[in-house]
Amino acid sequence: MSDVVDIVLSLSFWVAALRIATPLIFGVTGALICERSGVLNLGIEGIMTAGAMTGWLAVHFGAGLWTGVLVAALAGAVLGLLVAVLTVKLGLSQHVAGLAVTMLATSACYFGYRVILPGVTTPPRIEPFQAMHIPVLSDLPILGPVLFQQTPLTLLAVVLVAVVAWVLARTPVGLALRAVGENPAAVEAQGLDVHRLRIAAVVAGSAIMALGGAFLTMSAFNAFFFEMVAGRGWICIALTVFASWRPGKALLGAVLFGAFDAFQVRLQQVMGGVVPGQVFLMMPYLLSILALVVWSRSAGYPKALMVPFVRGQR
Amino acid sequence: MSAVSSARAPDPDAPVVLELAGITKRFGPLIANEAVDLTLRRGEIVALLGENGAGKTTLMNILFGHYVADEGEVLVAGPDGALVPLEPGSPRAALDAGIGMVHQHFTLAENLTVLDNVLLGTEPLWRPWRSTAAPRAKLAALMARSGLSIDLDATVADLTVGERQRIEILKALYRDVRILVLDEPTAVLTPQESDGLFATLRALADHGLAVIFISHKLHEVIAAAGRVAVLRSGRKVAEVPTAGIDRGRLAELMVGRTVAPSRREPRTPGAEVLRLDRVSIAGAEVRRRLDEVSLTVREGEIVGIAGVSGNGQTALAGLLSGLLAPSAGTLALDGRTLDALTPGAVVALGVGRIPEDRHAEGAVGAMSIEENIALERFRSARFQRAGFLRAKAIRDHAETAIAAYDIRCPGPHAAIRQLSGGNMQKAILARALDGEPRLVLANQPTRGLDVGAVAEVHRRLLAARLRGAAIVLITEDLDELFALADRIAVMFRSRLTEPCAAEDVTLKRLGLMMAGHDPAEVA
Amino acid sequence: MLRLVPRIEADPKLVIAAPIVAALAALLLAAVPIALAGAPVIEAYRVMAEGALGSRFALTEVVARATPLMLTGLAVAVAFRARLYNIGAEGQLYMGALAAVWVGSGRFDGPAPVMIAAVLVAGALAGALMMLGPTLLKVKLGADEVVVTLLLNFVVALFVQMMIEGPMKDPMSLGWPQTEAILDSATLPKLIDKTRVHAGLIVALLAALGVHLMMKHTVVGFEIRAVGAGPQAARFAGMNVTAAMVTVGALSGALAGLAGVGEVAGLKGYLTADLSPGYGYAGIVVAMLAGLSPLGVVIAALWVAAVFVGADSMSRSINVSSYVANLIVALALLSVLLSGVLVRFRLVRARAPQRRTER
Repeated sequence: MSDVVDIVLSLSFWVAALRIATPLIFGVTGALICERSGVLNLGIEGIMTAGAMTGWLAVHFGAGLWTGVLVAALAGAVLGLLVAVLTVKLGLSQHVAGLAVTMLATSACYFGYRVILPGVTTPPRIEPFQAMHIPVLSDLPILGPVLFQQTPLTLLAVVLVAVVAWVLARTPVGLALRAVGENPAAVEAQGLDVHRLRIAAVVAGSAIMALGGAFLTMSAFNAFFFEMVAGRGWICIALTVFASWRPGKALLGAVLFGAFDAFQVRLQQVMGGVVPGQVFLMMPYLLSILALVVWSRSAGYPKALMVPFVRGQR
Repeated sequence: MSAVSSARAPDPDAPVVLELAGITKRFGPLIANEAVDLTLRRGEIVALLGENGAGKTTLMNILFGHYVADEGEVLVAGPDGALVPLEPGSPRAALDAGIGMVHQHFTLAENLTVLDNVLLGTEPLWRPWRSTAAPRAKLAALMARSGLSIDLDATVADLTVGERQRIEILKALYRDVRILVLDEPTAVLTPQESDGLFATLRALADHGLAVIFISHKLHEVIAAAGRVAVLRSGRKVAEVPTAGIDRGRLAELMVGRTVAPSRREPRTPGAEVLRLDRVSIAGAEVRRRLDEVSLTVREGEIVGIAGVSGNGQTALAGLLSGLLAPSAGTLALDGRTLDALTPGAVVALGVGRIPEDRHAEGAVGAMSIEENIALERFRSARFQRAGFLRAKAIRDHAETAIAAYDIRCPGPHAAIRQLSGGNMQKAILARALDGEPRLVLANQPTRGLDVGAVAEVHRRLLAARLRGAAIVLITEDLDELFALADRIAVMFRSRLTEPCAAEDVTLKRLGLMMAGHDPAEVA
Repeated sequence: MLRLVPRIEADPKLVIAAPIVAALAALLLAAVPIALAGAPVIEAYRVMAEGALGSRFALTEVVARATPLMLTGLAVAVAFRARLYNIGAEGQLYMGALAAVWVGSGRFDGPAPVMIAAVLVAGALAGALMMLGPTLLKVKLGADEVVVTLLLNFVVALFVQMMIEGPMKDPMSLGWPQTEAILDSATLPKLIDKTRVHAGLIVALLAALGVHLMMKHTVVGFEIRAVGAGPQAARFAGMNVTAAMVTVGALSGALAGLAGVGEVAGLKGYLTADLSPGYGYAGIVVAMLAGLSPLGVVIAALWVAAVFVGADSMSRSINVSSYVANLIVALALLSVLLSGVLVRFRLVRARAPQRRTER
């Protein structure tokens, strides 16, 4: 038991937790923007894959790291536009349209990989983001190592959560977004364009999701592997429910998740011989299902989620 | 209804603020509006009268930009008074031109506060902050001037229907509208609340606001409007001042022929069929709760349940439909106390139910007419054998019903969602009245139907009453209530008043009961 | 400006034509990735067609690969009909295979008909149980079954790995982890000698016929259709929506489980972690291309299988990665969705309203 406490109280544990949580933070933030506006974006798994591959590929071909990040965000935005057209403009089933985009993005990435890098057995490595050192902030007692000595993308993720929270709560566009997922008729009656708002939300949310993928190839690992996203997209969708579609709770959920993951890595080091490794690898998925199920009935569900809006339908 | 008419004769010298010219709108083969002209002057209140399906809401939706007309144009007076064409298809353009609309189904985001709902769309979207001090001041002034008051920081989900309507009006006033359109504003109000609303509108009109309200209620049109335009089948068939006009004439104009109101033959009630004894259903919201409701309905009588929607009628209907189980009290059918209630059990016991929402609850839209008519009894020996459906039996049964109820359709195989509202309701009626049920639950049975379909539904219900069915009629339509009910009770805050004979109930008394007052306290 | 206007009644010709057009569109769009891969496009199509349809062997290969697709396609079609979005066919397939191996690799033995029946039943049961959980969670708690079944796929993949490397490992296998082999008595016999077509095909075809008859002519099918098309009305009419959904979920899972049985007891003989190249997910495309019709699933499964077999041929001879098949299948799903829009709506040119000339 004291081992557990030791682990949890160690600073390196929380550094690892936040690092592991980073792709989830991006993913949940992007997903909740989409869902707050009324669109369930199941393209997330494919978008994160695309973000991972395009960012890494850009750097591999000589672009700077931040350019790579931009490329990844762009890829996410384009895929988000596809999801938006299918679900918002054409009113197709959000479940099936999202899965279709995931399948398209994933297969395009794998095929593209084989075309661009034929015959390679191990994916070429890039020089990833390094841990930061910011003059005053990195030397702060606890926040220093946990937040300000991470790689830049982790800090970006946390800052993004704050920005999104501000936008949703305190700006006119955030108000419009919160309204359009609840009662789009109210938004249209006030003279705003429901479709444009939703499309913008989905594109922005998807760009942010893609950054989660970019983190995997440009910070966490330093190459693109097939199946590397490994269901994180779906985990993010489950965490969105846990977070009641609020940015602050989303950050908390992602960090708790990262903490749990970091914990089981250490636990595996201790118990590895007895319990098969797969049991530990299963935990994130089982935990996500638990989160989804337990929090499914709670309040805060955007009432117009998954309901397509047709203009002038009265 | 207030005895004092609040309508004022139209002033021919007031400047024209709105002109609809030659508006035509088609939905496929259906002509919703045909060459409709309408003029509105400053300070007047005009009523748009017509039965369901006449094209009133379509016309106003075109005005507000939800639809685009196929022909014709809308002209709105600019600040200088000159009439300028309005950009079609844009609610934003309508709002900018000074037109505001209070929709029949409120357009409010329930998760947001009153202030948020009012300010939605009024601040530029690119701005990264919100300033609420000036809007609050303006709203305070508006509330004082119009007499409508509401807590700006309340969450809409917590507010009553009357309060929500106030928000809708304030939303429009905040945007400095010069023309206000209201679509069936009194559908969810008690008679007294309706009086209050029209008094407010009168006060606003005196300040220069021009008002159009849509209604199908003759008495309120005569009382509240200075002028009435009558629509029928998409065309404007009459436009007259309301001073001195009588309801019969208006009704004729509305329907196109003299309408004989449904006549209820005297019928002595027989044995007790339904008995509710202090039934309670627990629930968080009033609309889903019943609070010690007692009711007795006998053979051959119709008990009408009146009340503003949201006072527990849903729970009562749910109980009698088998969807909700009582948490206290007993329910007895033909003397037998019932325990486990499910919709299937209720149907098997001989209860015919006409649900409130025919599209969601009454029919499976994608399935055929014959499948829908058989929907409640497809497991019976009549329609299946050894787990296999008896297609011919289902088809024959449907064809009999189609002929008997005069259901206009391409055939029993057609998807039921193709049918008009009236024909779909007839199919549901055929299903509910199949087998001569002992008890019939009719929940808003004629909502959204045209006069012909309404008459047919009434005829069937009265016929069922004559042959001995016990009928519970839940309705918000007071005309229907007085036409059909032998006894009337009122639902208010999950409680049911003691039913009294229909002859003993006046509209005023009913309105008070709907608002929760004990009628014995008021003369 | 173009606008979408709903059609009053769906044109039956369009309903049949739409998936065919979608499939063709996907094949045509494949020209782009093929060209990007630097391969000659026309030649690529020729190689693909020949690889899939050009010889007797090729055709049998297509049929062999279509067999699990028919079953997963049926699993998805049945579920989607009831608005139960089963994306977990992949996991249910693996569980079915695992159960088949557990029952059929030597714990007990018997005459072939008994053993074959045993593995089929075991696989179907395992798949059904696997889908029961998500179905109940959806019905009782409103939990989104799409996400739950997706996540469970990952759990099952890890579980299968764990079993193969642990309790069910074949002690005689060298290096690569795999289970013990299915007994001969439990093996599904080959239908055509020297090909990979096995009796699982019969199971699949019978299943398709059975589902079709059930949906159209039985009380159970009527209830499933009503619950899927109008759950509120179904409940009001007295149907037990929960029971209906559970039935659908179990049936769907069972069908996917049978796909796993076929692969392991008819094709491969033992279970490895890479038994399925995504048959569960491809089943979604098969079901959508078939318009959720059980008989259409058979045809759609053959098409998807042909694409994969053809792509293998392409990858061998002109060096185009076989992932092009996944791309074509994904494009087919998108095309089917888009063609569905055109079936339900018409494109009209929106005219500006005309002014009346006189006042």
